[in-house]
Amino acid sequence: MTSTPFVRHNAPSWYEASARERVRGLLDAGSFKEFIGPEQRETSPHLGIFDLPRQFDDGIVVGRGKLSGKPVFVAAQEGRFMGGAFGEVHGAKLTGLLRAARDAKSIPVLILFDTGGVRLQEANAGELAIGEIMRALLEARRAGAKVIGLIGGRAGCYGGGGLLAGCCSALAVSEHGRIAVSGPEVIETNRGVEEFDSKDRSLVWRTMGGKNRRLIGGADAFVDDTIEAFRAAALFLIERAPAFGLDVLKAEQARLAERLNRFGACADGLDIWKQEGIVDAASVPGMSAEDFTALANRIREPRYDAR
Amino acid sequence: METFSYRHKAERRSTGSKAQAIIGVVASGNLEVLVERVLPDTECQVEVSTPITGFGSVWEAVITDFVERRSPGGLKLSINDGGARADTVALRLAQAVRLIEEEGR
Repeated sequence: MTSTPFVRHNAPSWYEASARERVRGLLDAGSFKEFIGPEQRETSPHLGIFDLPRQFDDGIVVGRGKLSGKPVFVAAQEGRFMGGAFGEVHGAKLTGLLRAARDAKSIPVLILFDTGGVRLQEANAGELAIGEIMRALLEARRAGAKVIGLIGGRAGCYGGGGLLAGCCSALAVSEHGRIAVSGPEVIETNRGVEEFDSKDRSLVWRTMGGKNRRLIGGADAFVDDTIEAFRAAALFLIERAPAFGLDVLKAEQARLAERLNRFGACADGLDIWKQEGIVDAASVPGMSAEDFTALANRIREPRYDAR
Repeated sequence: METFSYRHKAERRSTGSKAQAIIGVVASGNLEVLVERVLPDTECQVEVSTPITGFGSVWEAVITDFVERRSPGGLKLSINDGGARADTVALRLAQAVRLIEEEGR
């Protein structure tokens, strides 16, 4: 009988880390300064009505810090508190951060999405928050700030979070990251199990998972599930992400039209991958991040003229 | 929502100079503890907010034990509970004190 040697994984996992641990590991050591920290106790005014517990930071950490010596704004959602969902205060903190970025003009923003969407207990306030964030995000981009989304948390990036991700200058995603608007259970409930079987986890990942998102251009970088890999991707995308203007929007429109044209008839991620020329499409989900990135770059380079 | 506030005398002042620290998240079976250095050196205060009612005596026992073991003088600890068990509460309280006493993090 052979024994498998014990492998020690020292690199901290993004998926396992809390929002605060992600921020601490992502930025230069000791550089993070929080805005409206937990000691200010700006908690949700709605959750108490439902006898639900509040969190001192309302599930989002916002502030500024340094990334490789350069200033950045950063927001991190805590996916374990109410599924990272957007409420009134949670949303207002992100809106405020993006407005600060708009006024500063050139400082990039990192949004560490980890969200199921809008908090149902404060749905109206949450939906309004998504609208406000979207406007603030685009105003920040128009003023010259790059807005980079980093997605690899346990809640994925769903609902209004998925819409906001679509507004970013660029996205990095890990295997665990999922990006969509309607989640698997929502689709199944509304359209039936024949349309989408939410219990088929392989189907969920083939459709919404990081690898498919990278292959169809929904994310610009695919990264390993480590804080270090997300840091490298953030630095890279701040450099490479496009500025914001009419040309970029036209290129994005063309990219999306072309994508719909190419893949509109595909019923499954596997069909898309085959059509992209991946001979052994079934092997994609099992690939390491390194092998997959090499394959994805060979099949289709990310486009940095659109978004 | 049930709230408790406990005030204890601590043996000595908690070490370190950090003003605050936070640990944990408000999720099922979990809790967050915000610890702030805002009290006189031998005072300790613990505030609890929990949606699970009827466990006042357990909270009191866990917190009395915590103050005896860690002597968190000068600290105010505020808890938002998500329905954590007593052992998890004790662990998070210990982590919170350790975090505020640690330098450089």
